[in-house]
Formats: sequence, structure tokens, C-alpha cells
Amino acid sequence: MFSYPTVRASFLFLAIACVGLVFADIAITTVNPWRDLGRFFLGVVTPDFFSTEGLATAILRTVAFAFTGVTLGSVAGFLLALVYRWRVVRMFSAFIRAIHELFWALIFLQFFGFHPLTGVLAIAIPYAGIFAKVYSEILDEADQEPLRLLPPGTGVISAFLYARVPDVWDRIRTYTSYRLECGMRSSAILGFVGLPTIGFYLEASFSQGLYSEAGALLILFYVLIATIPWWVKPKLLPVYIIGAPFFLGEGLPIVWGNVTRFFTQDIVPAPIRNDESWAELGLWFSDLMFNEALPGLWNTVVLTQIALVFTGLLALLAFPLISSHFGGPVRRVSGHVFLVVVRSTPEYILAYILLQLWGPSMLPAVVALALHNGGIIGHLIGRQTSMIRLRSDASVGLNRYTFELIPRVYRSFLAFLFYRWEIIMRETAILGILGVATLGFYIDSAIQNIRFDRAMVLILITALLNIGIDALSRFIRGRLALKTMPTC
Amino acid sequence: MMNHLIKNTVLALAGIVISTTPVLAETFVFTAIPDEDETKLVERFQGVADYLSEELNVDVRYIPVKSYAAAVSAFRNNQVQLAWFGGLSGVQARRLVPGSEAIAQGEEDAAFRTYFIAHKSTGLEPMDELNPDVKGETFTFGSKGSTSGRLMPEFYIRETFGAAPDEVFSRVGYSGNHTRTLRLVEAGTYGVGALNFQVWEKELEDGSINADDVQVIWKTPTYPDYQWTIRGDVDEKFGDGFKAKVREALLSLDDKALLESFPRTSFIPASNDDYEPIRKVAEQIGILD
Repeated sequence: MFSYPTVRASFLFLAIACVGLVFADIAITTVNPWRDLGRFFLGVVTPDFFSTEGLATAILRTVAFAFTGVTLGSVAGFLLALVYRWRVVRMFSAFIRAIHELFWALIFLQFFGFHPLTGVLAIAIPYAGIFAKVYSEILDEADQEPLRLLPPGTGVISAFLYARVPDVWDRIRTYTSYRLECGMRSSAILGFVGLPTIGFYLEASFSQGLYSEAGALLILFYVLIATIPWWVKPKLLPVYIIGAPFFLGEGLPIVWGNVTRFFTQDIVPAPIRNDESWAELGLWFSDLMFNEALPGLWNTVVLTQIALVFTGLLALLAFPLISSHFGGPVRRVSGHVFLVVVRSTPEYILAYILLQLWGPSMLPAVVALALHNGGIIGHLIGRQTSMIRLRSDASVGLNRYTFELIPRVYRSFLAFLFYRWEIIMRETAILGILGVATLGFYIDSAIQNIRFDRAMVLILITALLNIGIDALSRFIRGRLALKTMPTC
Repeated sequence: MMNHLIKNTVLALAGIVISTTPVLAETFVFTAIPDEDETKLVERFQGVADYLSEELNVDVRYIPVKSYAAAVSAFRNNQVQLAWFGGLSGVQARRLVPGSEAIAQGEEDAAFRTYFIAHKSTGLEPMDELNPDVKGETFTFGSKGSTSGRLMPEFYIRETFGAAPDEVFSRVGYSGNHTRTLRLVEAGTYGVGALNFQVWEKELEDGSINADDVQVIWKTPTYPDYQWTIRGDVDEKFGDGFKAKVREALLSLDDKALLESFPRTSFIPASNDDYEPIRKVAEQIGILD
């Protein structure tokens, strides 16, 4: 068995996670974790749709921010994709997508404040980096034949529009609309830092223990996401795209002097700003590295590795729920509902809920990350197994699972898992804002103490870690010859 | 298809520019640190907005924020001109905005306190001095930027034990606000917590504390806390004497229900100097540079 490189890689990661578990802070600190969980589920089944006045507005804003952000991101990403062969563009794109939407929002909040531009750019910028990469991959894989058949002297633009775009248009459209769903989730969580989307009210209801109100918000959010195929039609898209910017709300006006101040003063390291010596700068930096960056990095990596393995385990356990090779229609429908719910709920919201219920440790974060990401991969693998035709005399039950299906889907399962490695790391860092001691915790603390110079250094470190993991993941996927499609 | 796409994009971009043009130039906007349950805050400060709007003859708008830092940033960025700050957030804000001024505080804010509370499972009893019995318990502050929920309790923990909170306690958390701290300790999520004494007294009076599960174990000495802080440039924007009018309006607020919602007996004059002790403590702990 160990002669297969995929198996060796799997066990290596399993071993790393086990070592990580020794160091990780895993605990349930609440006295009555199950009572609260019970109250929460009671709230979800007795939703109160009329308690929060701004509910309809919140939904509208969530959609508006998603559409505007994703549109801007895709246009910018497309332009970047055209020049993606330049190394500097690739590095730039990798950098902007390595910083999470919430971090972008926290940065823009400091100088644009509660202006709609904060939310729009927080989505558009990282998405542009992702679109640039995926679009360029799509363009690279396009059939080169039409290009060669063009008469000599055809202009660059004509050649692009007539020989390349038609071939890739469908894939670009499919991917962009998929990203719209991701944008909806991003838009929702921006509310947690103060933008007027669903997350704003969700945070308020949860922190006050108003679970029926929170339940209503969550249900509305699932319905919104699950019905996307019905209300987002290609013909309606222009209407949405043009209309969305008008529904972002007015927020508060931008004071442009703040932008200059942020870049010329706030983010300049304090010792330089105050004209202190180089030695002071060295002290400032080493204090930041040893007391915040390194502990944050360590916790982020430990949590990421544990969450990655649990994500994989959960995906392997979950895919039979929707696979046509197991169970009857009732089981599959409930399986579908379960997977839709866990994969539509952003990790941030899941972790927020679990932290409220179980108290602070790495456990809520691990469970949240594993549920969300495992739900996504389980769904994709489950769908894939449903397309496999088994012989009529194939084994059933556990044997079918172990000997017929797992070997057939294992490579693509690993491909998805390694693809999501970098995504899981980015989310892990963000969960620090909720109190788990990952990099996000220190970034949030720096921002709470109005020390943006420190926050920026820590965000930079987070981005570099993310780029590193992305590169490592690509290397491993290359070595194992795993291919996958992008997910979010 | 491409033509369509390009046209739509241009229109969409134009839309953003149009929709983001400022329209609220003459509204007097204020905010408050989110130190308690949001529903309560929105209700309370909507009342203040209505009152000020009537007294000052300008549109007054309250905007809720999600963190203490967001309140300070909005004030610094001149997106709000007035704020109900805690001691620490007020000091931070006034350092960042030269010319800004503390104009009024609650009568209770001149001598504010933090209560340390404990869940019954810890077996802790009320104590005269913070004593080593609390060592090794789990502990929660309120918000990272709170005066009564973080700064002062941290100061006394460090002073008593000569060590950082995470060395004294087995686990240290930041609940987010005072109501959360109360609920978390009441539920036993944390053994011990520190909160704003006014929040405790008000919840106790309203009968929403389960006294069997949680009790006050220690009260800090007094220190100055909450205050209304206003930007120095409001007179330029809203006319001469505007700042004085705002101060006058706040000091003469006598709506019983509104005051009760804070809860404060009345508002009294305050000055920047009143908060010097807070600044010193913050510098000592290393929260302020």
C-alpha cells in the first residue's frame, strides 16, 4: 500500500496533524455546551422573521455588495489575466489574493470608514487576484488552432476577440457565476466588521443569544444561496450589475485626507515616524516578531494542518450521503440538505457560533473549518461517484465504499484537498479575530490598539505564509500529478 | 457579447461613482463604543439623537459600530463629530485628533469601578484585596479596547501578581462587551470575569442576573471613565458656538428614561485633564505608545 505516493503523502499529513494535536489547545470550556447548542437549534427551528427591522435591507445590501465586488473583481482579473505571463503580474495577483476579504475590509475601514467603497474593494481586490489566475489558466488551455488559422496581419484585438474568447467564453462564464456564490458568502461576513450586510445582524443576534432571530437570518441566507440558479439568469445579469451599485447604501462620506494620512503616517513603523534610532526600530521589530508574529504563525500552521486532515476525513465520510451508490432517495435528499447547509455557511460564521457555544479554544475553529471545507469536497466527490457505473454484481455497503469507490476517486479527492489547503490557511488566520490565537488575533489586537504599523507587518507575514503554502501545494500536486478545478 | 459586457461594466462603474458621492454634509453624526448589547445601544442612542436634533436644530444621526477601534477611527476620520467613549478610547481618540475635547461625563464616571465576578463552580468568595485564590482560573476581559473591561482590571492584575494576565490565569479571553462577560461567567464558560460596575448594577436591578450562579468577588478602586468627546473643528462646520451648544444640551439632559438607559444620574462637565490617570495606566501597560 505504501508504494503509492498518494498514500504516503496522506499518511505524512496525517502524522503531522497528530503531532499538531499534541500542541494544539483543544477543549470545551463551557459548563453546559449542549444546553446552548440545544437552544441554538431550537432557535433555528423556530425562526423569527419579523424581529429585525433591517432584514430585507440586509439581504439587499448583501447581494449588492456581492455583485458590485465580484463584477469589479472579474473585470480587473480579466485584464490582469491578459498580461499574466509577466512575473510581476503573477506576483502581484498572488499577493492580493493571499490577503483575506476581512483583512482588506479592516484596512479600508481605517481610511474610507463606513463608505460602500470599503466593502466593494474588500471583495473586488482579492477576487481580482483569484480571477486573474483562473482566467489565465482557462486562456492557456484554450485551443490554439483558430489563432493559427487567422490570415496574416490580423490585429491583436481582433485575433483575441474572434479566435480566443469564443473558445473560453463558456468556461469563463461558468467560473464567474460560481464565484458570485462565493462573493455572496464574502459579502455576508463583511457585516461582522460593521458593513451593513447580513453578518451585521447575525453578529448582533448571536452575541445577545437571540437564536430565533439568528435562525431566521441563517435560513434567509441559505435560501438566497440555494435559489441563485433561479434568480441569477444570464439575461438578468446586466440589470443586476448596473443596479447593484445603487443599493449599497450611502454610508458616510469619504474624507480623502485620511487616505493620505493612512499611507504616509499610520502604517509607517512607530520608531521611524517618531524619528527614533535604528536600534529602536530593531527593538520594535523583534518585539513584534517574537511576541506576536511567531506565536501567531505557529498557531496558524498547527491549526491549519489539523483542520486540513479533519476536512479530508469529513469529506470521505460525507460523500456517501449524496452518492447514488448508497441509500435511498430520502437519505440522499437529507444528505444534500446537510451538505448545502455546511458548505453555504462561511467558516467564519460556523466558528463564531461554535465559539459562543463551546468557549474559546482551537476546537470550534477545527470543527468549523472541517465542516465547511469537508462539505464542499464531499459534495464534489459525491457527485463524481454518482457518475461511476459499477458492475451489476459489484460489492455493496462497506466493501463497495472501500474497494470500489475510494480507489476511483482518491486522486481527485486529494487534489481538492490540497487545493483547499491554502484556502483553509487563509481562513485559519482570519478566525483569530474571533479569539483563537492565530495571526488574525494579533492583527485584530493591533488594530484595536490603533497600531496600524504593527497590523500591516502582521498582515504582510500572513500573506507571505499563504503564498508559501500555495506554492508548496502546487509543488505537491505536481509531484503527485493531481489535477483539479478551482473551488472557493 | 463582449461589447455588451464592456458597456455594462462602464455603466456599473459610473453607477458606483454616482452612488458614492457624499450627500450627508450637514448631518451631525455621532457614535458610541459598542460596550453592551447592540439592541440596547441602538435604542438608547436613537433617543439621544432625537434629543440632540431637537436641541441643536440640525439633523443628528447615530451610527452603530462593531468595535471600539471602529468608533475611534470614525471619530478620527471626521466621519463622526461626537462620540460616547470609554476612558481609554477617549484618550486614544483625543491623541489622534488635536483640538478635540472631553465635554461631559456621567456623574458616575468621575468615580467608576470594575467588578470582578466569579461563577459558583470556582468556589471563590468576595475578597477585600485581589488575592491569589483567583490564580489558575479561566478569565475573561470585555473588549480589548475597554477601560473597565480590560485596561483597569489588567492594571490591577499586573499590580497584584506582578505578572501578565495570561501567566496568572489558565486561559484569558476577550468576550467583546460587558453584557457578554456577564453572560459567559454566569454560564460558567469562564470562571472569572471583569466588567463595568454600572452594567452589573443595572442588570441586577432589572432582575436579569442569576445570583445563584455568579457573584461579585472584588471591586477595584475608582477611576475616571466614560465621556462625551467632540471634535475641535465642529464650530467651523456647524457654526460658531456649536460646541458650546452641544455641551449645554448634554449637561441639561434631564429625560429620566434616557438617563436611566445609560445608566447615569445626570451629565456633568468634564475636561481632557480628568483622564490623565487613564493615559498613564495605558502607557504603563503598553497599550499606548
